[in-house]
Formats: sequence, structure tokens, C-alpha cells
Amino acid sequence: MAAQRLPVRKTYKLYIGGKFPRSESGRSYEVFGQDRKKEFLANAAQGSRKDVRDAVKAARSAVSGWAGATAYNRGQVLYRVGEVLEGRREQFISEVAASEGLTRPLATRVVDAAIDRWVWYAGWSDKLAQVLGNLNPVAGPYFDISAPEPTGVVGVLAPQASSLLGLVSVIAPAIVSGNTVVVLTSEDRPLPAISFSEVLATSDVPAGVVNIITGRTAELAPWLASHRDVNAIDLAGAADAADVSWGELEASGADSVKRVVRPAGDGADAIEPDWSVTPDLHRVRAFLETKTVWHPKGR
Amino acid sequence: MSGSVAKSQAREILEVTSPTNSSIRSWLHGLPGVDQVGCEARATGLATRSIKTSSKAWGIDLAISMIDLTTLEGADTPGKVRGLCAKGAAPDPSDPSTPPVAAICVYNDMVEVARAALHGTGIHVAAVATAFPSGRASMTVKLADTSDAVAAGADEVDMVIDRGAFLAGDYRKVFDQIAATKEVCARPGDRPDAHLKVILETGELVTYDNVRRASWLAMLAGADFIKTSTGKIAPAATMPVTLIMLQAVRDWRELTGSMVGVKPAGGIRTSKDALRYLVMVSEIAGDDWLDPQWFRFGASSLLGDLLLQRQKQRLGVYSGADYVTID
Repeated sequence: MAAQRLPVRKTYKLYIGGKFPRSESGRSYEVFGQDRKKEFLANAAQGSRKDVRDAVKAARSAVSGWAGATAYNRGQVLYRVGEVLEGRREQFISEVAASEGLTRPLATRVVDAAIDRWVWYAGWSDKLAQVLGNLNPVAGPYFDISAPEPTGVVGVLAPQASSLLGLVSVIAPAIVSGNTVVVLTSEDRPLPAISFSEVLATSDVPAGVVNIITGRTAELAPWLASHRDVNAIDLAGAADAADVSWGELEASGADSVKRVVRPAGDGADAIEPDWSVTPDLHRVRAFLETKTVWHPKGR
Repeated sequence: MSGSVAKSQAREILEVTSPTNSSIRSWLHGLPGVDQVGCEARATGLATRSIKTSSKAWGIDLAISMIDLTTLEGADTPGKVRGLCAKGAAPDPSDPSTPPVAAICVYNDMVEVARAALHGTGIHVAAVATAFPSGRASMTVKLADTSDAVAAGADEVDMVIDRGAFLAGDYRKVFDQIAATKEVCARPGDRPDAHLKVILETGELVTYDNVRRASWLAMLAGADFIKTSTGKIAPAATMPVTLIMLQAVRDWRELTGSMVGVKPAGGIRTSKDALRYLVMVSEIAGDDWLDPQWFRFGASSLLGDLLLQRQKQRLGVYSGADYVTID
């Protein structure tokens, strides 16, 4: 008779500044599968506003290195994330199936799409400047050049329903141009995001570029939206989140002149977009500043 | 207390007609030894106190008013010093209720610039002297350095002790140097004497026992303040070292009735650290020391973090480095 193994359960923690701390508050919450059985999956760390603050600090200190890296180098690093994701494909299929209540073939499609999406965005890193930048025509002996630059620290409310494909579809466009992000995961489906942070930690992404916090969206989102050291916020996850009003979040973001990406749909009817559709560049463009320089033209 | 009063008090305490190396040694080595483990545990314990929001707000303002805003770089320019003075006078331009700092600490050739910039603000000018930071110069040079600072109008003089002499056991030499510097700090007539802060450079003293002895030796020689470090050596100020110095000033008041200030300098960067130090001051030395006249922080980057925390308390949202001045 084969000896029965003790189960080795995984502790899902936060991902801040390249480390995996527990929540500063010591709290955790139960995560259940989203199929009919509502089976208990794991305890996830319930992040607090101080975790958000620490994450923003880590993200801020990572900006200069990540934004200062060459676009080519960033592309290589992000592609490497795609490689490691591919290696962990089976794990993500199981986690997505459990978290979202999908059948295995459907979960496989979602994970494959997520990996492809990541690689798609990675490819854009050294092409953005050509597409979004410009050599402007001027009436004088000057070059006038507009070039896109990252805005800095981006707060991201990850989509509530799509725990992996939606997650990579909001993280990748923000960091590909050199921003760093603080991500609040889906409240009820946080587990794939934490496994994704393990992928980031083992694939050359500098510490602090991506910070991931699990917990109650309604508790944490206002702190992130009002944080004066956050330059932009993606409110994708405000759609269908319990007790969250994206309008209020946008208003508190306005106090510190943040760039805001609203969720799709209007008002209380905000909806999560269909992430399986091939995206355009609007999420990338939303987190860029345009620097325009004049340069004398010599002979 | 003037230099000569300090000397006669020293003679009284040591019960000798003139302090000698052996009389100072037997007195200093008669001090109880420091329990290293106990001292570190006590400091760690004091760092875990929870502080409520209203006390924190009070503590942050107190900490700001205790800062000796410091720039001690070879690259200091008059412009940089003036900028620092402006920051010290109005640390947060977006909130005029922010208290000013206690002093601006500069090299002594910048004292006049700082004095002119601080005119009418009530903020003191502190100058480092006696061949700061190493203290490796002849006594003539050290005293000339000090009298330069005093003549330029420094309100406070930060001197370094001769750590080499101290470690070699030549306590008399250290005593004499402090006492002589103290005499140079005196100003004729009604003008107040420059306050003498004695930097022990605890990072080079090796043991806690030495920190205790150096603290007592400095007070015996007439120090108005004892200061941990120059900020040029790591480790700079630590909680256990400051704890020992706070015990020393407390016991010194028991013995002589007079108060001596304490200034941890270097390595204190966050509001959390500053509040921990304030808890320690209150617990070890007593609330009488919770005053910019008796306790100072030697720091530059600490002010930025205190201002961020202050903004957080005022606005209810987290603030960022874009909202405080750099340098």
C-alpha cells in the first residue's frame, strides 16, 4: 500500500517590492471556487491600506530603473515572463479552472490566450515610440520631436471576473512602456494573480515593477485612488465589485490629477469587457506622457 | 555653565585638586557596566509601543521642531545653504502651521550665510568644528576652527572628541580638549555663549561601556549636549546607544542638578523611527527632555518623511515625494 501523503498546502501571500510578505494587518480571508460546489480553495492575505502604501513606495522606487531600461531590454524581460508562464501552463489551467469555475478545455483556452496576450504586449515595447511618437512639421530650422514616456506609478484594479486573462490584459499595457504598477486583484478570484507574481519574481522583472495585493476591493481602492504618489489608475476592476463606485474613485483621483481609465459601460451599469478580443493600444496610450523637444537643425 | 565653572565642578565630583588621567579613569571605570542584551531588549521593547493618532500628530510636530537640519558636504554652496535655511523656516510651504526646525547645521565657513538667511526666524545656526569629522588635528587648529565658528556667530558648536585618545585610555586629553573648546565657546559681554555639543562618534567607540564612559566624560568636561555621531560613519545613531546616553543625562541631573541635552544624529530617516526615539526620551530620561532645547535629531532626509506623514494626517490621503521639497 502506498503511504498516504500529507497535503502540502500553499500559503497565498502578497507580492510587494519583489518579496512575498503577509499582510501587515495579519488578516486573511477565505477564497472559494466559483463553480456550483463553492469549494474552499485557500486562505488569501487580506491586504490593508498600509500594504497599499508600502506597495506604492516599492513601485515608486522601481520607476527610475524600469523606465530607464532600454525598450529592447524591457521587451526581453517581458518575453521571458511569457516563457515562464508557458512552463507553468498546467498549474495555471488548474487554478483558473478552480477559481473561475471553468471546464478544463475552456480554462486551457483562457490560459493560452493570456500567455499570447502577454507576448503580444511584450512585442510592443520597442515599437511604441514609432507608432505613438512623431517628428512634427514646423516652420523653422528645427527638428520638433514628440516621444512617449511612461507616466510613473499606475494603480490597477484588476478585473473581477477574469482572473488571469483579464489580469495580464491590464498589467502588461501599463508596464510595457516603463510604468510600474500596484495591482489590487479580483476580490473573489485572487489566486491566479498570486501564482502570476511567482512567475514575475522568477523572470528578471526588477523588484517593485509589479506589486500585487489581494483583499477587499471596496476597502483598498479608495486609498489607491487617492494616493498622491500614484500617477494614473485603471478602474477596470471597479465593474461588478461589491460596494465600489468608480465615479467616486475617479473623483478622488482627480484631486491629484491622475490619469484615469474608466471601466467599460456607463455608471452603475459598468461592465467588464470581453478580454478574449484582441486589444488595441488604448490601454498603453492611457499611461503615457508625451515629451516634445525642439532641436536646432544644423548644416 | 562656563568653562571654569565646569572645571571646578569636575574637581568636586572627582574629589581631586586637578583631574588626572588616573582619577578620571578610576571614576569612569567605576560606572556600572552596560548589560548589552538587556539594553538592546529594552530599546527593542520601547520601539513596539502603539501610538494613537492624536499623539502621533503631536509627536510629528515635536520631532520637526527638534530637527537640526544638516548639510555637511564638500559640495555645499551658499545657495544650497540658503535653500536649506528657507526649508527649515517653512518646512511645508503648503501648510503654514508646520513648525520650523530647531537649527541649521553647517560647516563653519557657511555660518555667516546661514545666519543672514535665518535672520529674524529664531532658528539657531549650528557649526561643526574641531576638525570635523575625524578630529585629527592639533589642538591649536581645533581651537582656531572653533573660534572661527563662534566669531562668525554660531549659536551652537558641534565638536568631535579625539576617539583615538579615548580608545588609548588618555581620558585626560579628551577632557582637556572638551574643556578648552568650551572656553572658546564663551562670548564676551551680554551675548550668549555658543552651546557646545560633543560628538562621541559612538560607531567608533566599539562597546556600550565606552559609550557610557564617553558620555560621562563629556558631561564632566562641560558639554551642553552629547551627540551620537558625525553621520559620516556607519553605524550612526542607534536606539540602544541613545538609550545609554539618555540614562547618562538622567543620572547626571541626579548627581549635579543640571540638565544636558542629547542628540542622535545620522541614520534616522522615518517618522516611525523618530516617534520611537521620542517614546524612549520620555521613558528613559523623562518628559523634561521632550523639548527642542534638550533633545535634537541630527537629520536631513527625516524631515521629508515627517512632512509626508503630516500631510497624510491633515488630508486623510497618502502623500508622495512630489509634494515635499528635495534637499
